[in-house]
Amino acid sequence: MLRLEKRPTPSRFWLYATPPVAVVLTMIVGGILFAMMGKNPFEVIRTIFWDPVFGEFAFYLRGQLLVKAGPLILIAIGLALGFRAGIWNIGAEGQYIMGAICGAAVGLAVFPTENRLIFPVMVVAGAFGGWAWAMIPAILKTRFNTNEILVSLMLVYVAETILAKASTGFLKNPEGMGFPGSRNFSSFPAAQNSYIYEPLGLHWGGVAALVTGVLAYILLTRHQAGFQIRLAGQAPRAARFHGVSPARLVVMCMGISGALAGLAGMFEVTGPAGQISIDFNSGYGFTAIIVAFLGRLNPLGIVLAGFLMALTYVGGEMASTNLGLPDAAIQVFQGMLLFFLLAVDVLTNYRFRLSMGAKA
Amino acid sequence: MDIGGINPVILIATLMASAVPILMAALGETVVERSGVLNLGVEGMMVVGAQGGFVIAVATGSPVLGFIGGAVAGSILSLIFALLTQVFLANQVATGLALTLFGLGVSSLGGQGYNGVKPPPTGQLLPDFLADVPVVGPILFGHDWMVYFSIAMTAVLWWVLKTTRMGLIIRAVGESHEAAHALGYKVNRIRLMCIAFGGAMAGMGGAYISLVRVPQWVDGITAGAGWIALAIVVFASWKPWRVLIGAYLFGGITVLQLNLQVAGSAIPVEYLSMAPYLITIVVLVIMSAGKRGKANGAPAALGQNFHASR
Repeated sequence: MLRLEKRPTPSRFWLYATPPVAVVLTMIVGGILFAMMGKNPFEVIRTIFWDPVFGEFAFYLRGQLLVKAGPLILIAIGLALGFRAGIWNIGAEGQYIMGAICGAAVGLAVFPTENRLIFPVMVVAGAFGGWAWAMIPAILKTRFNTNEILVSLMLVYVAETILAKASTGFLKNPEGMGFPGSRNFSSFPAAQNSYIYEPLGLHWGGVAALVTGVLAYILLTRHQAGFQIRLAGQAPRAARFHGVSPARLVVMCMGISGALAGLAGMFEVTGPAGQISIDFNSGYGFTAIIVAFLGRLNPLGIVLAGFLMALTYVGGEMASTNLGLPDAAIQVFQGMLLFFLLAVDVLTNYRFRLSMGAKA
Repeated sequence: MDIGGINPVILIATLMASAVPILMAALGETVVERSGVLNLGVEGMMVVGAQGGFVIAVATGSPVLGFIGGAVAGSILSLIFALLTQVFLANQVATGLALTLFGLGVSSLGGQGYNGVKPPPTGQLLPDFLADVPVVGPILFGHDWMVYFSIAMTAVLWWVLKTTRMGLIIRAVGESHEAAHALGYKVNRIRLMCIAFGGAMAGMGGAYISLVRVPQWVDGITAGAGWIALAIVVFASWKPWRVLIGAYLFGGITVLQLNLQVAGSAIPVEYLSMAPYLITIVVLVIMSAGKRGKANGAPAALGQNFHASR
């Protein structure tokens, strides 16, 4: 019979091999799913994973990759810092929305002033919005020992109602003929997050994502705070003896992840999305959880994982328009990826042993 | 005797019905957590139950079969969680989140083509002459069978967890899996069965949303009910009767804010619809304040995986 046996030390091989194996398994099972839906599985997989990078329209779609990967990477890096320390901020979607609203509100307040300082101030406001929204679960956790998972998630629903109010009320475009949604930032150059290099889809959000990836890697491997985060996650008792304050760690991790999610929201709403509207948020805050795990909670891994996940978004849209694959199928596909990742991950810490009957 | 345009008798009667989904899901999760497993996938299991139950009810024309279908759907999804956490020893928090993301996707995939379809109605269980009795009639006799079933399940689970051998084993596994293992109980097998039960309860709760409360199918129909159910388990200190109280309090707030919206209150609609979530947070704060660790009644082994080294 097959039996699990704990490894003396985690396997380095499986640490790195898990994500690719999980991707391959997801492609196989996902292919079966697509086949059951009456699609040619090879065509679908090729459309999702190959065409956006090398296909006929790759010159346009390659740019879309960074546009989608940017916010995912920004949010996932913040989440990963907390996940490593055992702090579960799963309300990034709410922090993303609040960052977008705060950032956009600052810009719209001074419309139509043209000044170079407007955009930087909006960036700060976006980060602040996300940070403030994340501080609610953080402070409730440190003061009242409230579960941060549930509070941060409840706040997503609250943020969504505020977003609805913003786009139909206090941020509505006064010249919008009564349609919901704010002014479009494309007609407001000083506040617009324009492309730095369009063929690559590089805007300030993409720059921020890549820089954050490197900074977070340095923080985790070279800095005292990063050591404390890793220690608190792997050995909470040892961390306390080391003098790590759990409360400070919660405030720090939630704060960083909230601010990064807020930044992502702000860059999205002033750039690719263009305006505050009821449904400008596309669930990045939740998908980023998958990205964080797919990247092994390692900032550099997350950058790669962000691009892979962006591929499923961009390719998924292609498959939806060209092959009529429903959007929900892509969501299922992404969920399966996380399942396989978690399942294959067992091999990092355990190995399967064939045990023979009565052997003790 | 209306107060601010709201009739208290009708309010109580409606809150009992509106509490059924979260009551069912929270009861199931209570058993799961009592066995030491934290399944954060309640939302996913509910939405899959809502969709599965809806499809079965429409196909067969029988709402009862729909509820059974919802229970089966929720249970099947929960078995994925059980497989990952009990066999592959995956992190329970991450797996629960994955279950919710996956469940939302699967339900919206399976629910395509059911938008705008009407499900077969679930009628009042008792005859009209009882339900028409003033005041007590609508509150005690005017409900469909699921309302009574959910109350009965509260009593049954209280009895099972408190007085039966099975309940003792479940609690033992949840408090100290090492000790339970040493006594010869199959920790992971017991947990697996609890998870499947929790999935079935969440699925039935979800089916009540799509078959009775709304009643139709739309994507993401549960709108956070599963997360609220998780909060209610904490609020209830893992005790079935307190789960009932929590669910009814919550149901009351939801119904009240809907009634206020209809009655044209001065408070904007958006702020009213935030109320349930904000109140959940406030309740969580009150319940957790001043208590650290085990004092609030959380099972000692909650969220920890068990691997028998021999």
